[in-house]
Amino acid sequence: MMSVFPSTAAAKKASRGSPSAAAAPKSRGQRAAYLFIAPLGIGFAVFYFWPLLQTFYYSFTEFGAFGGHTWIGTDNYVRVLKDVTVWQALGNTLIYCVIGLLALPLAIFVAALLNRRGLRGVSVYRALYFIPFVTLPVAVGLVWNWLYNGDYGLINEVLEWFGADRRYWVSDPSTAVYAIGTVMVWSTTGYYLIIFMAGIKGIPQDYYEAAELDGAGPLRRFFTITLPLLSPTIFFASIICMINSLQTFDLIYIMMAEKNPAIGDTQSVVSLFYKWAFVENAQGAAAALAFLLMLIIAALTLVQFRLQKRWVHYA
Amino acid sequence: MRRRTLLYGAMAAPLLAACSGQSDDGKQSGGRTTLSYGVWDVAQVPGLQKVIDAFEKENPGISVRMELTPWSSYWTTLKTAMRGGTAPDVFWMNAVNLQLYASSGVLEPLSGHIKSDATPLDRHPESLAKIYAYQGTQYGIPKDFDTIGLWYNKALFDKAGIKYPDTTWTWDDVRDAAAELTNPRERVHGMAAEMDRQGQLYPAIHGAGGYVLKDGKSGFGDERSIEGLRYWTDMIDRGWSPPQSAMVESKARNRFWSEKAAMVYEISAFSGQYYAVPAIKDHAGVTVLPKGRERATIIHGLANVISAKSRKKAAAWEFVHFMAGRKAAEIQASAGVTISSYEGTQDAWFKSMPEFDLKRFVDMLEYAVPYPSSKNTAVWENLQYPLLGSAFSGKGGIESAARTLGEQMDRALKEERA
Repeated sequence: MMSVFPSTAAAKKASRGSPSAAAAPKSRGQRAAYLFIAPLGIGFAVFYFWPLLQTFYYSFTEFGAFGGHTWIGTDNYVRVLKDVTVWQALGNTLIYCVIGLLALPLAIFVAALLNRRGLRGVSVYRALYFIPFVTLPVAVGLVWNWLYNGDYGLINEVLEWFGADRRYWVSDPSTAVYAIGTVMVWSTTGYYLIIFMAGIKGIPQDYYEAAELDGAGPLRRFFTITLPLLSPTIFFASIICMINSLQTFDLIYIMMAEKNPAIGDTQSVVSLFYKWAFVENAQGAAAALAFLLMLIIAALTLVQFRLQKRWVHYA
Repeated sequence: MRRRTLLYGAMAAPLLAACSGQSDDGKQSGGRTTLSYGVWDVAQVPGLQKVIDAFEKENPGISVRMELTPWSSYWTTLKTAMRGGTAPDVFWMNAVNLQLYASSGVLEPLSGHIKSDATPLDRHPESLAKIYAYQGTQYGIPKDFDTIGLWYNKALFDKAGIKYPDTTWTWDDVRDAAAELTNPRERVHGMAAEMDRQGQLYPAIHGAGGYVLKDGKSGFGDERSIEGLRYWTDMIDRGWSPPQSAMVESKARNRFWSEKAAMVYEISAFSGQYYAVPAIKDHAGVTVLPKGRERATIIHGLANVISAKSRKKAAAWEFVHFMAGRKAAEIQASAGVTISSYEGTQDAWFKSMPEFDLKRFVDMLEYAVPYPSSKNTAVWENLQYPLLGSAFSGKGGIESAARTLGEQMDRALKEERA
């Protein structure tokens, strides 16, 4: 579900910190460097770039159920743009994206709390928050489905103590998308927490000490020191978070049964892609849909990079 | 130099492993050919193992290994395996997928084999065998068939003081009983009207005199079809059945097994599982489906087919031929697996669960409607649940939902002909 990249800020620092490598004699050293990055490069070419080109090509073809394809031009794209379910899935995906981003403030808040000087058992908390992230999405989905269950789920049980009505959280079209989004936030917060904790650690203590001498309270210190200096990390995390939320699939696949009446209201672009490509034999149209999603992700990421200048401060 | 050979070795290792893995599959380990047999129903596995044991005894050179894939992923897995060349040699086929597979040339044509080996295909119901023929060629041989029956909980009926359902029941009787049996305080519902195409939607549509698919046209917009669908949504709206949103989390049959639903429509193939539930085994009854405007139930059956890509076709045919015969059918029936489709072997199945009146499932044969299918059945079937979902959740609007479904299904049917 998630891929772990080094933070962009860290990467920048690393490249800046090694001017001597560029000045070194070419030949041997350089060849070795290329050799070392070759496996990754080959892997990238074979498993990412080649499939990307293939998908692009297939998006202009019609597939036989068991292989073989014919060129049909832009028909698939026309179908995708005309299909109501695509637009519905796109809307749902954006909802997931917005809910998914809620994990960031939550993670920053917890990270700031955990970074208080003298706090004991930090590693225990860190592990507790991180466990949901490394748990298999299948297990996460199954367990949450039990919690949400309308007949014997724990959540309804607790709500009943307070006099609230029982609900079928994941099969009621008005709540299902939020139910899944909540699980998404629950399972990803730990990942961003680790990133933010590292980011906060990187802020020099001197600033805090100086601010304390000037009489700044903890809230003030958080908003005038921590948050601005954390902004490069937040920027990185928000891009990763957005891309991952746009690609939501596994939780929906696990949590939404075929006969769930809320299925249309929770289907994401990727789960729709899965249905077209693997259930309905419409691989060509599915490829077009996947390519469209890639364009959307690229566009949104570009917008984020553009907006970066307004709020990201590199110390 | 040494380092380089080591490197090459390391690079070649996975390739070699892959090759040997493949040839191992094709090779006959210990002089035996091992066939893989793809199935999806875990409930049938023990019974089928008995059939396989009998086959292996008769054919010492061949062994059969069952490959169980759950229903929810059976077809996607199979399709991918077909492309990758790892599909089972023999596997289960259904009406929904036959035309797609046969027209794509991935199934071995069986007509020639049937003729030369005098396989008793004519001892299986003709309407069923026809499902597995495409453009005059037979691609599969039925192994069983199933119909839908009405299950009821005798204890709950006694408690409400109602006569048990019998062959004279009509939809009105069901509605009256459902109203009486519903007990909100104990969370008991008279009926569990689950949104399931084979078990509920199709039988009700035909019972109301409507149709699902006729001459390449959708019947969902038809007034009578809508009346059939309303039979179910009415029960949900009146609170006699839990809404679909509840049955996503606990299926109709689970509700029946835990005595929270007094009646349920169910496929005969599940009888064995009903029999295995101690709580209801001694007081569950089954009878024919109640009469709507017409009498109807849905008949469907599975067939064994051979992959055109199998490299062990001769052995695979031996197995399929054996499965088509009386002996295999009798073992299957007496093990209580499901109704064997071989003529005259059904008695053994009835006797395997004497507490249940299983004969009712076969009584319905004369008015049973074959399961509707076209070349790309999955496409229009996938439209059903998302479109009918909200009406089956007690939100109303079944008429417009069914009409929209009819239009979209017609579009899908038109596309598959193009």
